[in-house]
Amino acid sequence: MNLDSKIPVGALGDKWTDYKATMSLVAPNNKRRLDVIVIGTGLAGASAAATMGELGYNVKTFTFHDSPRRAHSIAAQGGINAAKNYQNDGDSVYRLFYDTIKGGDYRSRESNVHRLAEVSTDIIDQCVAQGVPFAREYGGLLENRSFGGVQVSRTFYARGQTGQQLLIGAYSALSRQISTGKVKMYNRHEMMDLVMVDGKARGIIARNLLTGELERHSAHCVVLATGGYGNVFYLSTNAMGSNVTAAWRAVKKGALMANPCFTQIHPTCIPVSGDYQSKLTLMSESLRNDGRVWVPKKKEDAAAIREGKKTALDIAEEGRDYYLERRYPAFGNLVPRDVASRAAKVACDEGNGVAPTGLAVYLDFESAIQRYGKSAAHSQGLDESDQVLVKKLGKEVIAEKYGNLFQMYEKISGENPYKFPMKIYPAVHYTMGGLWVDYNLQTNVEGLFALGECNFSDHGANRLGASALMQGLADGYFVIPYTIGTFLSKEIRTPQIANDTPEFMKAEKETADRINTLANSNGSQSVESFHRRLGKIMWEYCGMSRNADGLIKGRQMIRELREEFYKDVYVPGDADEYNPELEKALRVADFMEHGELMILDALDREESCGGHFREEYVTEDGEAKRNDADFTYVSAWEWDDNDPKLHKEELVFDNVELKTRSYK
Amino acid sequence: MKLTLKVWRQKNSKAKGALESYQVEASEHMSFLEMMDVLNEQLIVEKKSPITFDHDCREGICGSCSMTINGSPHGPQTGTTTCQLHMRKFKDGDTIVVEPWRSGAFPVVRDLTVDRSAFDRVIQSGGFISVNTGQAPDGNAIPIEKDLASNAFDAAACIGCGACVAACPNGSAMLFTAAKVSHLNQLPQGEVEKTKRTASMVAQMDKEGFGMCSNVGACEAECPKEISIEHIARMNRDYVASIFGGK
Amino acid sequence: MSWITNFFSSSIGRKVIMSLTGLFLITFLIVHLVGNLQLIAGDQGEAFNQYAYFMTTNPLIKFVSIGLYVMILLHAVLGLVIYLKNKTAKGIKPTARNKADVKWASKNMALLGTLILFFLIVHMGDFWFKMKFTDTIPLVTYDGWEPIKNLYEQVTITFDNPLFVVSYVFSMLVLGFHLWHGFGSGFQTLGLNHSKYNKLIDGIGKLLAVVLPIGYAIIPLYYYFVMR
Repeated sequence: MNLDSKIPVGALGDKWTDYKATMSLVAPNNKRRLDVIVIGTGLAGASAAATMGELGYNVKTFTFHDSPRRAHSIAAQGGINAAKNYQNDGDSVYRLFYDTIKGGDYRSRESNVHRLAEVSTDIIDQCVAQGVPFAREYGGLLENRSFGGVQVSRTFYARGQTGQQLLIGAYSALSRQISTGKVKMYNRHEMMDLVMVDGKARGIIARNLLTGELERHSAHCVVLATGGYGNVFYLSTNAMGSNVTAAWRAVKKGALMANPCFTQIHPTCIPVSGDYQSKLTLMSESLRNDGRVWVPKKKEDAAAIREGKKTALDIAEEGRDYYLERRYPAFGNLVPRDVASRAAKVACDEGNGVAPTGLAVYLDFESAIQRYGKSAAHSQGLDESDQVLVKKLGKEVIAEKYGNLFQMYEKISGENPYKFPMKIYPAVHYTMGGLWVDYNLQTNVEGLFALGECNFSDHGANRLGASALMQGLADGYFVIPYTIGTFLSKEIRTPQIANDTPEFMKAEKETADRINTLANSNGSQSVESFHRRLGKIMWEYCGMSRNADGLIKGRQMIRELREEFYKDVYVPGDADEYNPELEKALRVADFMEHGELMILDALDREESCGGHFREEYVTEDGEAKRNDADFTYVSAWEWDDNDPKLHKEELVFDNVELKTRSYK
Repeated sequence: MKLTLKVWRQKNSKAKGALESYQVEASEHMSFLEMMDVLNEQLIVEKKSPITFDHDCREGICGSCSMTINGSPHGPQTGTTTCQLHMRKFKDGDTIVVEPWRSGAFPVVRDLTVDRSAFDRVIQSGGFISVNTGQAPDGNAIPIEKDLASNAFDAAACIGCGACVAACPNGSAMLFTAAKVSHLNQLPQGEVEKTKRTASMVAQMDKEGFGMCSNVGACEAECPKEISIEHIARMNRDYVASIFGGK
Repeated sequence: MSWITNFFSSSIGRKVIMSLTGLFLITFLIVHLVGNLQLIAGDQGEAFNQYAYFMTTNPLIKFVSIGLYVMILLHAVLGLVIYLKNKTAKGIKPTARNKADVKWASKNMALLGTLILFFLIVHMGDFWFKMKFTDTIPLVTYDGWEPIKNLYEQVTITFDNPLFVVSYVFSMLVLGFHLWHGFGSGFQTLGLNHSKYNKLIDGIGKLLAVVLPIGYAIIPLYYYFVMR
């Protein structure tokens, strides 16, 4: 298979502009005759559906949620990047592009990333116009903050709920198109299969989750914006419903899955507290702006804390190891996520972890409270040496900046973070891998597009903070509305696609069979228990650090688990009713296959880069060792139950020099 | 801790429902939904039908979870969604009554799951600023006073969970509608469509069969995002202005 | 004129009418109390009877009083409509009681209003109806006056009956609760909610909710316990 990334020729900075100016367009009267299906209503899906509706296409959009506003984009806390340079601190489109390429450990496509950086500024304008209440300064202008892995302040934010505010913006734009009739919304509908007609994606089989009924929906093309697959690890910061099914069904129909092993482990999550947990909670990366990460220097101290004999407050300053500041003086607590996560793992593996499980490090705000308190006292003309006053003022500043995050932490952990430092530990958060797409965001399957976290395109082997929101909205608002024309302009003579052709009937029948197999399975173990076991295997062998032996073992274990699943799973209820357990069973079944592919990919990639850390490939001081000579490619996998096939897209870097990522 | 749960079970929207009792062993570190997971796991092992409830992000932001716990939407802790409510708020031996959101406009779908699509239709009737992609001026073109932005944000914090409707003895959706109206009407970007927006969103809200506000204040007391009824007053103002001042 | 029908049929429109009529009725309550306190002026009812005569014969007052009747009817009928609509809107109520920090009065305005309506019927039957449409009230003559109806005497007779006294005092308690919620609620519905003035509005509302009913209740109590 020839993977044509369709990157336009020309200088990096001109590619997108020139491409837009010369690409084939679809005239308004033809747009009216073209149908587009969009799956998913997160930032990418909602913005794409709304914008294509505005342009005049007939859009049908699907979500398994009860409302489009509930997609998991909503949970993003920290912010969204844009190269506005409002802070006059040296930011530019090129710098955002460079930071993203470097942050991604040189495993993403230059052209796509540069386009992302270019449109980032339009996103902010669009969102402000929609009424997104970004943080503002006293002068009424937009405020920015800094995020991990960069040295400028380019992150726009809306308290601790940037994702929710941006999603409400996209959802309201979508709602407007629904009210005009240009977009038809199907909520509580899940895509069960992709329908191909003559080698092109022409529709889907959807299940009405309330009635269990299968529906055949046809269109000229299908856009997937269905998010990431972090839930393959069972415990992740993803929402309970986040799943790989839509993307995986596309893979089963021939789409390629790219870089599936690139998983982001977020360094600041609330540690696991018990077996009953099914989901982890993220604490925004923005906290690392003011929080200092440490563990006790002495193992005895750490042990005493684990046993509850000491608290963090008992450890004197000299007994603390601020290991990020020590190891990475240039970036300190603001190193990229993969680096921070691995450092936490190392600290805990060495026996310095602090929670009862030994799997937690401290995130301490005491210095920030002191610093802000003194500055506040100074500006109010009060006594800077009054400790009580300084603490009080400092806490007020912290509360203003991170109040809701602190509140959330206290609700979950039962501990007051203003008094005791937070306990945090890395957790699966985002998946950089996804469906392989070309410059047009089209997969190798004609007429099938993938946006947002669902594709692999922009983040390489590691995503920088506040870039997921940026990519979702860039793809949805500013890329796909143009690039979809490259496909649809060739389809203007294609009449409406019928949904009762043999292809549709066959896909519907296959889906019904697949559903019935699971709905009728009467084993003895719950779906949840299988999911939990799958997650343990993935975390153990394909998690924060990986090695060949473990990966081989993990693959074997997953295959066995899969076999056991089909033999012994118990799914209560019937296929023709509202049945969340059945939904879960179908998703877990797909996770098992996808998990295996992740392992294969991790096994193939014999280097350490970004979120993919192979224990065999490290430098002398334990840092990741990339192998640019042999692995500067995108792994695009063609699924086969026994022997998935690897296709490689070589990555060409004309504009940046591949350097060892150093945050020291 | 040992708990007795009385949970509303209802097969579908047409069936009659009733409270059923269950015993469950929980830990105080669990969230309420994790406790429900434990109960469901127990039911599945016994080959009984698990309890259906909406939930997704479990971070208190998606607005999916919707349980009336001991008569209070989202349970006893103020400013907290069900998923963020932890069992340390309960005592060993407690009996907890769990019911779905109660309102005529939110028909029960199954067990604790209700249909909140009325909210989507209220938003579709005008909960937006009409700006097509690409039409926007620079983000800093219109400065917005910090306090005003902050006030608009307080309203925009609404997660659309419907606790306000469930809390209201009248089943009114005034707080939800007002939060959206107040968020957009206050901002200079949203002011342009203020009159039309307010009138059509209120009309849609009425059409959906929500009750009328009698300023009881239960909505603001139960709102997990602590949205103030001050926004309802603003909507009332804007509504009267839209009727008497509009075209 | 569809905007008017729109207004009257919309939820907020109806609530605005409730609040406007309600707030108007509160001003009536104040005026009515000031007039009625002449009953305990200790002048054997001279001032009160002359005031009552003025209030029933002055053409301007007559005109205003028609407005008052309309307000009362509107407030009562609309209140009933809202109550019924809200009952349907709520549907099934939760089994467990909501312990949210909400004033009891706020949730029971319809009940309180209905009790007040009953009281109004009895009260108007006692005095207003007899005064205007019957000749059962004895006459009295003051210097320089034609004989006028001695409403003061009628009050004395009515409050000789402990049953009336108890029901009047109880009704004033009900009125107090109704006002406790009603005054502030009226302002909220009109959109007059501002963090700077909310405390003031709330304070005036509560003051009225206490002072007005006490003022009214003093009259029957005074007649029963002091005058007899």
